[in-house]
Amino acid sequence: MSARILGATIGRILRQLRHDRRTVGLVVAVPTLLLTLLYFMFEGAPSTFDRVALVMLGVFPFIMMFLVTSIAMLRERTTGTLERLLTTPLGRLDLLFGYGVAFGLAAAVQAAVAAGAAYWLFGLDTAGSPALVVLIAVLNAVLGVGLGLLCSAFARTEFQAVQFMPVVALPQLLLCGLFVPREQMAGWLQAVSDALPLSYAVEALALVGRQATPTGDTWRDIAVVAGAVVLTLVLAAATLRRRTD
Amino acid sequence: MGVVEVAGLVVERGGRTVLHGISARIAAGSVTGLLGPSGSGKTTLMRAVVGVQKIRAGTVTVCGSPAGSAPLRRRVGYVTQAPSVYADLSVRENARYFAALVGRDAAAADAAVADVGLAAAAGQVVGSLSGGQRSRASLACALVGAPELLVLDEPTVGQDPVLREDLWQRFHALAAAGTTVLVSSHVMDEAGRCDRLLLVREGRLVADDTPAGIRASAGTDDLDRAFLRLIRRDGAGAA
Repeated sequence: MSARILGATIGRILRQLRHDRRTVGLVVAVPTLLLTLLYFMFEGAPSTFDRVALVMLGVFPFIMMFLVTSIAMLRERTTGTLERLLTTPLGRLDLLFGYGVAFGLAAAVQAAVAAGAAYWLFGLDTAGSPALVVLIAVLNAVLGVGLGLLCSAFARTEFQAVQFMPVVALPQLLLCGLFVPREQMAGWLQAVSDALPLSYAVEALALVGRQATPTGDTWRDIAVVAGAVVLTLVLAAATLRRRTD
Repeated sequence: MGVVEVAGLVVERGGRTVLHGISARIAAGSVTGLLGPSGSGKTTLMRAVVGVQKIRAGTVTVCGSPAGSAPLRRRVGYVTQAPSVYADLSVRENARYFAALVGRDAAAADAAVADVGLAAAAGQVVGSLSGGQRSRASLACALVGAPELLVLDEPTVGQDPVLREDLWQRFHALAAAGTTVLVSSHVMDEAGRCDRLLLVREGRLVADDTPAGIRASAGTDDLDRAFLRLIRRDGAGAA
């Protein structure tokens, strides 16, 4: 890895994003619009809104960054820019961390706007710090980036790439404990849930909701998600081959 | 010792042998044309030279190192047939990114953009350019690193005659300054502008000679006809 090449790559990805105003608008506004929907859905039940909105603050960036990244990386593969990059001094990790940092920054803006709306407009109430909520949201976004980079290796077209979203994201959302508490699930479902990184992110958010100061459990959950991010990036690196058929 | 040394190169793609043991040498500071009908293996050979092609047997050595090895990555420039630049960035932003990858500054990037005649379109997003302009944008991103070996896959396709003339003059100016240029084409009237020609047919090297040598061995002054004769002679020999 090289700091100069990583920096240039982050700048390039952010410049691409800047040229695509509509995507920027969607990335920034959509989570807030969805939170508005939740607010009116649970207007008479503020405690349910607190529980669901808090989880969604972590889930939206995960799903959106997964989609954005898998399409962006697929384009690198299909337009030949990836092959060209691999003939330059750029290392595989320069590219993957470039995506992780660039989209992580975009996710930070997204999460800050969504959390701002949730706390100030919709009266979201958490015992713990909003900054920790944003941190977990950004970590989830980077997890989405890592999984998107990995999944793009298994898609040949953009049609296929978007199909990975229900495959990768929805089971994690269903089993994360939002719909059915994890302890009430059948043993095997719980085991699957235990293996999915989003479960830890959602648990960490729920803990921030209940506890004024983060405990060892919160940090352990955050560490698990961070570990999953590193794992997906390493697996994604293994799918980038300099030599192909 | 050539800048590029290819020995016994065999490449298989999708269970089919695309290159059948090619051996060739490309001299420093020359413009070498890689010619042949479409599907003959020109692109595969170029991909092997830049080190992105899986090879079955044989060796490809560039500047004394195995093709594609780390020390070569700032010394070799590669322009693919389909322009591989970012369609959602401007020409200037593309050139500056590829410049940064090889440690060149923004001024070098702007100079490369001007060199391919795109100074006036530098601020335009590549996706809004014509096909010919896009491929010149792609060329600029390779020129910016001032590579010792420049591998160009059909760079003149879609260019008008004036720009083609400009590009060929540029390739020769680069070669005169010491750059080795390997350029593929299926347009035979461009073959005469090369210092040396490699003629490929169905994954085999049919001729490796100067344009004059090829004219002489085929017994005609017309390169187009010379190639047809050599290819037919080779086809007859194979059958």
